[in-house]
Amino acid sequence: MAELALIIVSAVFVNNVIFSRFLGLCPYFGVSKKLDTAVGMSMAVIFVLTLAGTITYIVQTYVLEPLNIGYLQTIAFILVIASLVQLVEIVMKKVAPALYRALGIFLPLITTNCAILGISILAVQSKFNLLETIIFSFGSALGFGLALVIFASVREALETREIPKTFQGTPIAMIAAGILALAFMGFSGMVK
Amino acid sequence: MNIKEKAIKSFFMENPVTGLLLGLCPTLATTTSAENGIGMGLATTFVLLSSNVVVSLLRNVIPNRVRIPAYIVVIATFVTIVDMSMQATLYQLHKTLGLFIPLIVVNCIILGRAEAFASKNTVWHSFLDGLFMGLGFTFSLFILGSVREILGSGAWLGIRLIPESWNTILVFVLAPGAFLSLGFILIGMERLSRLFERGK
Repeated sequence: MAELALIIVSAVFVNNVIFSRFLGLCPYFGVSKKLDTAVGMSMAVIFVLTLAGTITYIVQTYVLEPLNIGYLQTIAFILVIASLVQLVEIVMKKVAPALYRALGIFLPLITTNCAILGISILAVQSKFNLLETIIFSFGSALGFGLALVIFASVREALETREIPKTFQGTPIAMIAAGILALAFMGFSGMVK
Repeated sequence: MNIKEKAIKSFFMENPVTGLLLGLCPTLATTTSAENGIGMGLATTFVLLSSNVVVSLLRNVIPNRVRIPAYIVVIATFVTIVDMSMQATLYQLHKTLGLFIPLIVVNCIILGRAEAFASKNTVWHSFLDGLFMGLGFTFSLFILGSVREILGSGAWLGIRLIPESWNTILVFVLAPGAFLSLGFILIGMERLSRLFERGK
């Protein structure tokens, strides 16, 4: 139990997807202009990443390894993730239309979110078992959501401030992200 | 297509990183030194070039509806080739870049160029587009890597610039430094692009 708690703390804070692993930066800068889209994107990522981590683990352990075709990992994983996102989109549209309306537009974007593929490969490389993989994927996605929501709030606040012309737009966002990353560095060394 | 103009464009105005803000993950993650930046850039250039050529060759064969999955399979194939050949020949670099080699597959620059350019243009033009876009990407990785290496470890391309006993600004090789350096480089590149536009 303590081990699982450690995995989750490490994934959310210490090895945060954004600030320490540098994964999923495109949506991080792309959808962080407004707080509510950031929340929507975070929910979609938490949902898809947990599922994707679980399914790629199953594919790796029960298909790629027994057949000895580990070198197809990249191709297999990206195809699994792409079709999973499509499937989630179709099922969600039928089963939970309200949820689909809230998360729908973020789903296609998720296929190219490198956090999904990156975390799936990392889980395999870390030799986690099924339960640990699920916890690790969920925790990483939670860390992504946390970073995204904090950053979106910061950017909303920046909107109303007077910023020198040179810094306006992306440069100030980068620098704000740098300062946030500094804050997250405070967690480093807490868990190995 | 004017090659010189295309080259200037893909290095400055339409540079994938500083102009279009694509492919940020490998940009920030692998540029702890100028050498790593070049390595990552060239690996990406190879994949971009090859996938552009193949997508352009197949542009009349691939049905429109399944084009995205088809492109992804083409890209993933070249990524696997790069991954395995780097592991065999450049083991140390492969180890440093680590996870980000397989992640070239989800680099938005590559799928973006396949979809926006190679699927509509001739093989030769797609080849040039892949080459220049890739070199533009490598260029910005090299700049960012140089800044971070010089400030963070007091060296450039592995050559020491200041005595080892001096303190360096270590934060620049760590994660926050990546964001800060890129922020300032963006400002610089923006200025440069404006100069080029005015010069025309």
